[in-house]
Amino acid sequence: MNYTFPQKNKNLTFILMAIGVITIIAGFLMNPHRTWSALLINNFYFLAIGLCGTFFVAVNYIAQAGWAVGFKRVPEAMGSYIMFGMLGMILIFLFGHHDLYHWTHAELYDKKNPEYDEIIAGKHGFLNIPFYVVRLIAYFCIWVGFTYWFRQESLKEDIDGGVNHYHKCIKIGAIFIILFGVTSSTSAWDFLMSVDAHWFSTLFGWYTFAGLFVSGLATMCLLILYLKSKGYLENVNENHLHDVGKFMFAFSIFWTYLWFSQFMLIWYANLPEEVTYFKARWDHYRLLFWVNFFINFIFPFLVLMTRDAKRKRQVLVIAGTAILMGHWIDVYLMVMPGTVGLDWNGFNIIEFGVLAGYAGLFLFVVQTSLSKAPTVAKNHPLLPESLAHHI
Amino acid sequence: MSKKILIVFQDDHDILVGAKKLKEMGVKVSNVWSPFPIHGIDPVIGLPRTRMSMCAFLYGATGTTLALLMFWYMMIHDWHIDIGGKPSFALYKNLPAFIPVTFESTVLCAAHGMVITFLLRSKILPGVTASNPDPRTTDDRFIMQVIVKDSDNESAIVSAMKSSGAIEVR
Repeated sequence: MNYTFPQKNKNLTFILMAIGVITIIAGFLMNPHRTWSALLINNFYFLAIGLCGTFFVAVNYIAQAGWAVGFKRVPEAMGSYIMFGMLGMILIFLFGHHDLYHWTHAELYDKKNPEYDEIIAGKHGFLNIPFYVVRLIAYFCIWVGFTYWFRQESLKEDIDGGVNHYHKCIKIGAIFIILFGVTSSTSAWDFLMSVDAHWFSTLFGWYTFAGLFVSGLATMCLLILYLKSKGYLENVNENHLHDVGKFMFAFSIFWTYLWFSQFMLIWYANLPEEVTYFKARWDHYRLLFWVNFFINFIFPFLVLMTRDAKRKRQVLVIAGTAILMGHWIDVYLMVMPGTVGLDWNGFNIIEFGVLAGYAGLFLFVVQTSLSKAPTVAKNHPLLPESLAHHI
Repeated sequence: MSKKILIVFQDDHDILVGAKKLKEMGVKVSNVWSPFPIHGIDPVIGLPRTRMSMCAFLYGATGTTLALLMFWYMMIHDWHIDIGGKPSFALYKNLPAFIPVTFESTVLCAAHGMVITFLLRSKILPGVTASNPDPRTTDDRFIMQVIVKDSDNESAIVSAMKSSGAIEVR
């Protein structure tokens, strides 16, 4: 059975996209600098959720895990958004690099210029526009290509059956995991860490990845619950939701582990070139800094701890929504202090308008993708394992 | 009067089938010995949900408290320690430096507390004689202990067990 994309939902996503477009136009007329920051935050946030979809599919293949097969089409549909997220990233870099990325200014590399910056000039081998564009294209090809490959194999499997497509997907998954292990880190440096080009952290890539994975899992959980409430995915029961809840719980803690490791080492060593990052966040964004910690760690940790909580629909909706809000704030805190910086005085309507636009686009793409293939991958060799899943 | 009989099985699937039959007949299973946990048998033999997770939380909270108490006494109260060149004489200001060890202490107390609780609860501490009726249950046999009341039909129970794969009844 295919998902039918209801007209009501279509209208809603179009309204959200219209809000986004109006906000972007109005934002560029009134406050272009802020608008570029809002675009980067929201574009990365939804790209990350999309990437989690393909990553989740690949992980399940190489682990030969069967429990998630029953709702496999949901992460696949999330992955279909990557293309749009990467196109957005390329457009943002092409037209907004001067506003967002300080290192793209040519005078920083000219020794005769008073603006010459020795630290940034030392990073010229990695942070230069041609190489950056090459990397953007490489990310696009790898992520979109593998997503498409997985999807095609999965759709062919629906027709052909057998185990050949499954074995092939395990190999594709293994290659993707290696490539994603590298590109998830380097893309985090490129998209987010290079906003603060003077500063660096070796943990940053994994920290971003942990946020990427947990926000994607929360989205996946909410999508599954929505589809179930509409009568799809009838084979997915509280046992599967329990495991999704465990993933959300565990990776919230994993995110906190990396967030805290990065913070503590910098706090402890107290080196001037490192503490600038946290000083800006502590002095000007202190409320958000604490909200980030509480909503992404304390709240899911306490709410999702018990077995009963992970099996209840309402609790999962509350925890998933909180995690999604929390990780939006996390991305916000990675970008804003580096671009808008000390001028920041509270949220601006631009950020929320752009968020609405991207949410509309994301939901439109995901629902379109869901409506194009049966919601259950009926010939997957591990489907019986998923149907019998019991914990 | 009621008496206890032991039913020996060779396979974990057989014992699950047998337990389901006994449940239908309204006979009480009082204990099961098995070399490994049998998935899905808990609700059949009427075993309540374990409270071990609650214990784990309490032990973990104890570990956190003990570790913070230790740090407060050793590094704040008794002798101020200069942490990273920024001496501050309050626990909460130096807290990030204490988190790793506090975490380890939480895990240590939770893990050891759970193991000791499990040993006490199962009465398998060192030096205690095991209540296991047959040492073969630690290898490849599965034994179910059934309470047969006078109102129950013992021969019907035995034949039902034999038909679901029991190799021995005593």
